[in-house]
Amino acid sequence: MSPVFYLLAAITVGGGLAAVLLRNLIHCALAAAVSFAGLALLFLSLDAQFAGFVQFLVYVGAVGILIVFAILLTRNADEQEGGLFSRTWLMGLAIAAAVFAVLGWAVLRSGSVLPNQLASPVASVHDIGVALVGRYVLPLEIVALLLTAATIGAVIVAMHEKEGEQ
Amino acid sequence: MAQETDQIFVLLTGWILSYLPEWLRPYGLAVLGVVGVLAVYVTLFALTTWFERKGLARMQNRYGPNRVGPFGLFQPIADGVKALVKEDVVPFRADQVLHFLAPLILLIAVCMELGVVPVGRNMVLVDMDAGLLFFFAMGASTELSVFMAGWSSRNKYSLLGAMRAIAQMISYEIPLLLSAVAAVMIAGTLSLPKIVEAQSGFTDMLPHWYVFTPWGFAGALIFGIAASAETNRCPFDLPEGESELVAGYFTEYSGFKFAIFFIAEYIGMFSISSISVTLFFGGWGAPLSFLSFIPSWIWFFAKVMTMIFVFIWVRGTLPRLRQDQLMNFAWKFMLPLSLVNLGVTALWRFMNDDWQRWAACTAILVVSYVVLGLTGMRSQHVAPRKYRYAE
Amino acid sequence: MLGEGIIKGLLETARNFVGSYVSKERLTTVQYPEERWELPEAARSFPFLIYDGADSHAGLRCVSCQICEKECPPKCIYIEKSADKKPDAVGKMQFYPERFDIDISVCMSCRLCVEVCPFDAIKMDKVFELSTDDRFGGLLLDKAQLSKPNSYYHKIRPTIAARIDSRLAAEHALAKAKTSVAMTAAKSAASKAETTGGGGI
Repeated sequence: MSPVFYLLAAITVGGGLAAVLLRNLIHCALAAAVSFAGLALLFLSLDAQFAGFVQFLVYVGAVGILIVFAILLTRNADEQEGGLFSRTWLMGLAIAAAVFAVLGWAVLRSGSVLPNQLASPVASVHDIGVALVGRYVLPLEIVALLLTAATIGAVIVAMHEKEGEQ
Repeated sequence: MAQETDQIFVLLTGWILSYLPEWLRPYGLAVLGVVGVLAVYVTLFALTTWFERKGLARMQNRYGPNRVGPFGLFQPIADGVKALVKEDVVPFRADQVLHFLAPLILLIAVCMELGVVPVGRNMVLVDMDAGLLFFFAMGASTELSVFMAGWSSRNKYSLLGAMRAIAQMISYEIPLLLSAVAAVMIAGTLSLPKIVEAQSGFTDMLPHWYVFTPWGFAGALIFGIAASAETNRCPFDLPEGESELVAGYFTEYSGFKFAIFFIAEYIGMFSISSISVTLFFGGWGAPLSFLSFIPSWIWFFAKVMTMIFVFIWVRGTLPRLRQDQLMNFAWKFMLPLSLVNLGVTALWRFMNDDWQRWAACTAILVVSYVVLGLTGMRSQHVAPRKYRYAE
Repeated sequence: MLGEGIIKGLLETARNFVGSYVSKERLTTVQYPEERWELPEAARSFPFLIYDGADSHAGLRCVSCQICEKECPPKCIYIEKSADKKPDAVGKMQFYPERFDIDISVCMSCRLCVEVCPFDAIKMDKVFELSTDDRFGGLLLDKAQLSKPNSYYHKIRPTIAARIDSRLAAEHALAKAKTSVAMTAAKSAASKAETTGGGGI
């Protein structure tokens, strides 16, 4: 539990809190991007280079931009939406507590199995690549299929009408 | 002697560090490295602004700046002083925090990109196993800061410029990454110093640079075009075109913040030129084997400045692309061509080393270039749109 | 083929770049304060007064007839006639201007004053570097600043000045010969000079 870990945790949790508590929607989106960056730095502090950089590249670079574009294209972010908490906040609180309980139980149970893991696992990029196209090739292909479906959907939504259907 | 001038900066660093106590040395190394890299690149930035203005001027049949010093060499200093003393005007309704942070984040991201570039033999600031991935991750962060700049000004034109800039950057990131992956495939590693070492052999005085192979040549071209689109350089500088959008997403920035955007753009250009030199042009290697006595860092900077000159040359020649032409070019031409390039690279890797390999790869690339050029770049029908779903 | 035009453009720009160091036609800039471009002979900026000879008072051609003052569209000329008279080029006693001011911030270089002057006393100059830091008095030129010798006029407009001088010489000869009996011979010479001569700026 080094000071670096506390700092990065503070950034991540602070970014997440800001993403739900701020008034301006664009500020919320950018705070979410800060939280993603904090997560990437946490991966890097655990020596998972590939995961950290890909987190940066995909989340901050692509997903963050996607969220921002979605906000810009669908609603006027200048308006202050009335009320910070929705009407069904009790139900939301219950569900969030349940999810947190499940995740916490999973983490603590695994922590009890490996109490003092000092040696960091060595997973170089080469190993990750070999695993992706060796053992985990089916999830890779399914993800590729998902991406293709998303691309085709985007093209259809944005496509011009055919000449015959004027 | 040649070995010592080649390693002079490494030896200098070692000598300075020997005066520090043992526990301070890692921090001292970090500080020295950062100071060295920043000093070199900021000086190079000042020199490049001068070089660009003189180069563009000569291409346009005029002198460049030639009053401020001998041949106008002190012009960057004059520009810097002007940027510093100008009043920093922030619009009243602008988002103050974001307006302030946007240039900073852009500058931080592009300066971080410089950390992984191998400037000479044994001269890289951080030797990471996934160095190239780090570079592209930092490049992705620049898009967010461009959006922040455009949004925080509360100005429709800035916002429009920012959206166009982001759309352009995202579209050209895919050909950029795919052409870089081709070089990574052959070198077998993502670490930039190792990619340079993989290109460092010579056969009959000709170097093993990747640009001298069919897939490397196509890859270098695609990377170069995508690089100028990533850094918003002509002919892809619609987001910052003065006649279209009044300087686009940095309309509302004046004084030193504008200078920071400018610095960040140029340093981004340097870092992406450095990466293209590293991936395709052999990094710090000499072009002919008997020229290896010249230090490696001189070769590196010579190649980077040649690439910068090519960027300036293209800027002086081509008109600006319109947004839809830009996007068409990216999605309909560059992306398929970079995928074909990836396939050709795989073919190159697994075929035997003889003339058939060269013939097959060149033929596939030329045919796909011609076919894509004829089909992908046809002019669009301009007619009123009918929307299928948004009625 | 795709990319062909780009290559051609790049070659053209490269030719410009290299040519700008070797040939003058690829670098046509005139570096202004050090080099100056020769203005054409008929270029004009603001009026000036001509005097013949060396003395700017005795040789001044202007007889203060005030026609230019009346004709000037923006009324930038201000003339005060003298009380006494002085002899002119042929010896006749004429008035002269006590004050002759032209406000060149008002003057629009229409050269109507030159066109109507019967004595070829006011002509257009070519000087354009007249900026001063005195906003109110600096652009008001008085008689001393406006008087320039005929040799100066010859220098800036050689052919026109030569034509005017030949016409004036013929007219003076005619005036002198009015008193003599060789009037007819001189008249024919004067009429021939008038058809070949003419006004000038």
